[in-house]
Amino acid sequence: MPIDPHYETVIGLEVHSQLRTKSKIFCGCPNIFGAEANTQICPVCAGFPGVLPVMNREMVNMAIKTGLAINGTINNFSVFSRKNYFYPDSPTGYQISQYDLPIVEHGELFINPEGQSKKRVGVTRIHMEVDAGKSLHEGIVGASWVDLNRVGTPLLEIVSEPDMRSSEEAGAYLKKLRAILRFLEVCDGNMEEGSFRCDANVSVRHYGAEEFGTRTELKNLNSIRNVMRAIDYEVERQIDIIENGDTVVQETRLWDANNNSSRSMRSKEDAHDYRYFPEPDLPPLTIEQSHIDDIRARLPELPDDMAKRFQDEMGLSEYDAGVLTASKEMASYFEIANQVVTVAGKKNAKATANWVTVELLGRLNKNGLEIEESPVSATNMGKLVALIQSGDISGKIAKQVFGFMFDDGGDPEQIVKEKGLKQVTDSSAINSEVDQVLAAHPEQVEQYRGGKTQILGFLVGKVMQATRGKANPAMVNSLLKDKLG
Amino acid sequence: MFSDPTVLSISQLAESLKKRQISSEDLVNSFLERIERINPEVNAYITIDRAGAIKAAQDADNRLDAKQGGPLTGVPIGVKDLFCTKEVRTTCGSRMLHNFIPPYESTVTSRLKAAGAVMLGKTNMDEFAMGSSNETSFFGVVKNPWDLTRIPGGSSGGSAAAVSAGLGVAAIGTDTGGSIRQPAALTGITGIKPTYGRVSRFGMVAFASSLDQAGPMTKTAEDAALLLQAMAGHDPKDATSIDSPVPDYMASLNDGLKGRKIGVPEEYFATGLSTDVASVIEEAKKQFQDLGAELVPVSLPTTKQAIPTYYVLAPAEASSNLARYDGIRFGYRCENPQDIKDLFTRSRAEGFGSEVKRRIMLGTYVLSSGYYDAYYLKAQKVRRMIADDFKAAFTKVDLLLTPTTPDTAFKLGAKTDDPVQMYLSDIFTINVNLAGLPAISIPCGFSRDNLPIGLQLIGRPLDESGILSAAHAYQQATEWHTRKPVL
Repeated sequence: MPIDPHYETVIGLEVHSQLRTKSKIFCGCPNIFGAEANTQICPVCAGFPGVLPVMNREMVNMAIKTGLAINGTINNFSVFSRKNYFYPDSPTGYQISQYDLPIVEHGELFINPEGQSKKRVGVTRIHMEVDAGKSLHEGIVGASWVDLNRVGTPLLEIVSEPDMRSSEEAGAYLKKLRAILRFLEVCDGNMEEGSFRCDANVSVRHYGAEEFGTRTELKNLNSIRNVMRAIDYEVERQIDIIENGDTVVQETRLWDANNNSSRSMRSKEDAHDYRYFPEPDLPPLTIEQSHIDDIRARLPELPDDMAKRFQDEMGLSEYDAGVLTASKEMASYFEIANQVVTVAGKKNAKATANWVTVELLGRLNKNGLEIEESPVSATNMGKLVALIQSGDISGKIAKQVFGFMFDDGGDPEQIVKEKGLKQVTDSSAINSEVDQVLAAHPEQVEQYRGGKTQILGFLVGKVMQATRGKANPAMVNSLLKDKLG
Repeated sequence: MFSDPTVLSISQLAESLKKRQISSEDLVNSFLERIERINPEVNAYITIDRAGAIKAAQDADNRLDAKQGGPLTGVPIGVKDLFCTKEVRTTCGSRMLHNFIPPYESTVTSRLKAAGAVMLGKTNMDEFAMGSSNETSFFGVVKNPWDLTRIPGGSSGGSAAAVSAGLGVAAIGTDTGGSIRQPAALTGITGIKPTYGRVSRFGMVAFASSLDQAGPMTKTAEDAALLLQAMAGHDPKDATSIDSPVPDYMASLNDGLKGRKIGVPEEYFATGLSTDVASVIEEAKKQFQDLGAELVPVSLPTTKQAIPTYYVLAPAEASSNLARYDGIRFGYRCENPQDIKDLFTRSRAEGFGSEVKRRIMLGTYVLSSGYYDAYYLKAQKVRRMIADDFKAAFTKVDLLLTPTTPDTAFKLGAKTDDPVQMYLSDIFTINVNLAGLPAISIPCGFSRDNLPIGLQLIGRPLDESGILSAAHAYQQATEWHTRKPVL
């Protein structure tokens, strides 16, 4: 959206991602979502007297993986700290987190905002911490209930540098970060369920100014779209304040998606004093370099590497490669489809990419579906492209077949066979159709022979019409030319 | 066979139990009878688990009959009321937990029970282990069996009084700044605080997590070795427990003192030491020399930093550890809370006693932004210097010998209005916790008014064997530990 051109927006994002470990961060309870309230808890989760936290190694490994995936420094020595505050859904009265010595620092992420070139965003740090429970208020009168199931869910807090300059860049950052976490299989990235949460720090300043403006922190952003809308709203709000000669107040603001606005939650003065200090129940975490190297060696291919491979080895454009690696599901769909085409001996990654990004994504978007919900399976998509490549059907017929596949599912080879859509490549069959068309259109034949060669297209069309599109257009072309010769 | 089995040590009883000269059930009944008679005066126990103790004794007898018992099988002990015991109320000496029944068992008590020990009940203590006199308990003061007008020391005052008064063969205590050794000294018993991490803290209600350590309180060093053997060892449920094998403490118990170098830190004999304690310790030093030890003067210059350092760090951790007592999931909850803030503040205001509140406020203050560097961070640095002081001393000597306390047990109520004077009674024990070292207090004489005096032996990290064998050698040559109060 258009923003006052005299101002520059500065955005930094804090993302909390829940890790998909088998058990919780400090106890053996299962780490699952959606169970009946207070059924997935033990004395450790409930903060009972005398119980102690024990660190989940799987979480540490996931944190290292994530750090490596964003080119971060993995600290061989990191420390857990307690962040103290009273809240009904925080059973111990403190959150175990990392403060001055986090596990990862100095990372970076490359984003591809639409219509812009690639841009680097710094990742200040990633630290490990524990999620809190949930207070339930809805439908309860005169009380609040507390569900502690979520207590102990491992979280990575990923803090960016204030490197983003528009809501589009913020959106692109979140999409890229989410893709990386999904490629790593450490987080499912579901913002609605809260497994991938984002707070945005936003400020504005006059272009050319060196100092940052006063920032506000935006919370309650439960989708990437809401993050972007909330940022745009906040930027306008701050510019209005400055234009009116007032000053922006440092505060935390809560986004209200229903009213498309935000309201102040607490000011800087009301901010908690968290009284951080090193967690005495957990020794500092030391990580051997060899362990880090081991994890590095087993890292899966990441979106940027994959996009580069698609360009280098398959000759795809940077844009197509970017689209096809936007999510793990997208990439795997394309790779399966492309594999089917290749196995059929008709290797053509560009054509496959084109079909996936244009036809399939177009239809999916129109129907509000995600790639993993596609009615056309990756295998069938590959078969369809292979049919085109082998000349069994024309591109035009393929679109018809794709339509059937999208609406009713099914194998394109079978659809082509059942509906008799196979391209006619038998020259004698085409020959007779050509003869009939020439006989029925003597006027046009005269015109062609008189030098008006562009009339050929009309005649080709007539033959194609007569064969209901199944004739091989190249053969029709050459036969006509021969006979008119 | 015995006119009064309650005066015997574990090692004496174990033999009779093994030979079936006495049954564990009879033994337990003797103790329960004695507790019934004497506890109302001393107030050493908060909860007596009569049914549980008899059931456990019967199980122990079955094992002993089948010749499957170990040295602790059938031995009745008291357990400080901050070890969580499954289905047995665990109060921590506080109104806050007056109704708390844990659904789990601490590692220490489960190991002791697995070794056959029988828990008679839960012993009294300063509220949340905060105190040096056992006067802060919600369940009333504990009295010193040697003089019922005096304090038994704290915070493990109930455990100390129970052993001293024969209300248990032994007891388990915890020590954050001296809470095993100081009451052991003031009641004339033996008490060892192991190296930090030697004994699991799982299921021990936390006071100051980086300092808390459990240990046995017994009649003799030999008994302490037997109990520690069962308690010590790595626990996957406590990330701070040390993963190193536990040596056989009995095997080295008779190693003797010959050729051992024992350091005597001059700072512990400077001002503040009572003349009775000074002269008794002087005698004990001679005894150690007579037994073949070489006494070496050493210096621990950071000794006087102990109290201020401890009273920054321990309350800081406590202020956070005690945040979980909010009236929501367990423990005391105020009546008719108006809202969540009222529920929090009133439950805590009514549930905690004044010493606990004092330390929560102190701890909150030193961690607050703007004060953290000046207090908490500085105290952490001093803590490192204190540890370095000990490390340097241990390059020259094998053990350190000091008085456990500057004076004998004081009168009930004498220091309740003066917290600083109260805190100073732990001046010789606190640095050992800050450095994470093992130390034992053993009886070494009496004052002119017949109050017990304790001597402290401090060892290198994980050298429990060394201090136990030194204490044992001393006890083989003296009889201070065999004296009992008349009740």
